[in-house]
Amino acid sequence: MERRFIVRGLLVGAIGGLLAFVFARIFAEPQIQRAIDYESGRDAAQAVLDKAAGLTAETAGPDLFSRTIQANVGIGVGMIAFGAAMGGLYAVAYALACGRTGKLRPRNLALLVALGGFLGFYLIPFIKYPANPPAIGHEETIRDRSGLYLVMVVSSIAFLVLAVWLGQRLKPRFGNWNATLLAALACAVAIGIVMALLPSLGHLHANVEQFGRHPTETPLPLKDPQGRIVYPGFPADVLFNFRFYSVAAQAILWAAIGLCFAPLAERLFAETAQAPGTAPEPVTA
Amino acid sequence: MSMSTLPTTRTTPVVLPGTRAALWLFGTVALCLAAYYFIGVDQGATSVFGNSMYIHEFVHDARHFLGFPCH
Repeated sequence: MERRFIVRGLLVGAIGGLLAFVFARIFAEPQIQRAIDYESGRDAAQAVLDKAAGLTAETAGPDLFSRTIQANVGIGVGMIAFGAAMGGLYAVAYALACGRTGKLRPRNLALLVALGGFLGFYLIPFIKYPANPPAIGHEETIRDRSGLYLVMVVSSIAFLVLAVWLGQRLKPRFGNWNATLLAALACAVAIGIVMALLPSLGHLHANVEQFGRHPTETPLPLKDPQGRIVYPGFPADVLFNFRFYSVAAQAILWAAIGLCFAPLAERLFAETAQAPGTAPEPVTA
Repeated sequence: MSMSTLPTTRTTPVVLPGTRAALWLFGTVALCLAAYYFIGVDQGATSVFGNSMYIHEFVHDARHFLGFPCH
């Protein structure tokens, strides 16, 4: 039984990843290109300033993959593999949730688990540490940023799981509706506390030292020694579009997982209900 | 610990009864987390295959777009 869930999970995950990739190729890639163009222009302006100040410019390393490969093949492989990985984890979570999360039809449970995956793996961490296009993010803070992001992902998932457990505990006393609301509230408070405790990216030590206290690492206008702006800050519209499309792509991915898995799960349950007793093991899959 | 809950058509029964399932579950979770790691984290904060940047550069756009911190 578990194998059939897992195979279907991987499959619907890959489908979700494929859809998210198509969306990304059409909507996100132009924004990524604009961000890279901004970065190149800024680097050129910085090089002129450095030359005027008598500093030797550091030479950039050669590109390992061309932009064409990155923007067409790389992002596709990355998003489909990510989707399949999320689908596999989703199937495991679904199988574990069956029979342990109250009276739910297989189809509704499929949608709720997908909602949980979207919130835990992406949207809640995004609220604290949103996705950034290229040109945002300093090399020296990558270790800290990755660690903080993963802490946010792990605590989001942990608190969502705890909320489900708490909801089940509260149900006999408060009823289904109120228990769900109370558990959701407790989860929101707990995650809110974690978000308040974790530092903003602009408040990381290396950033405060070099740029002062800012909420994020988004590039500020580049100024010459006289304080005149020689290159603008990162374009706000590119940043907004990129982040908006990033949320949309993840929503597509998780919606596809939930909506494709729901009928498959329903059918699996119908098959096992028809043949009670020993659960039939599939020969393939 | 077999299918103890009545499999009605309305609600979901417990489908993971025994320890036999555990291996499949742990295997899947390990595999998927490895994929998550290679797409999102490897060759940024840390790297398991030395100091090359091939995975990072190949999935560069996906990494940014999926919300992971990048350079």
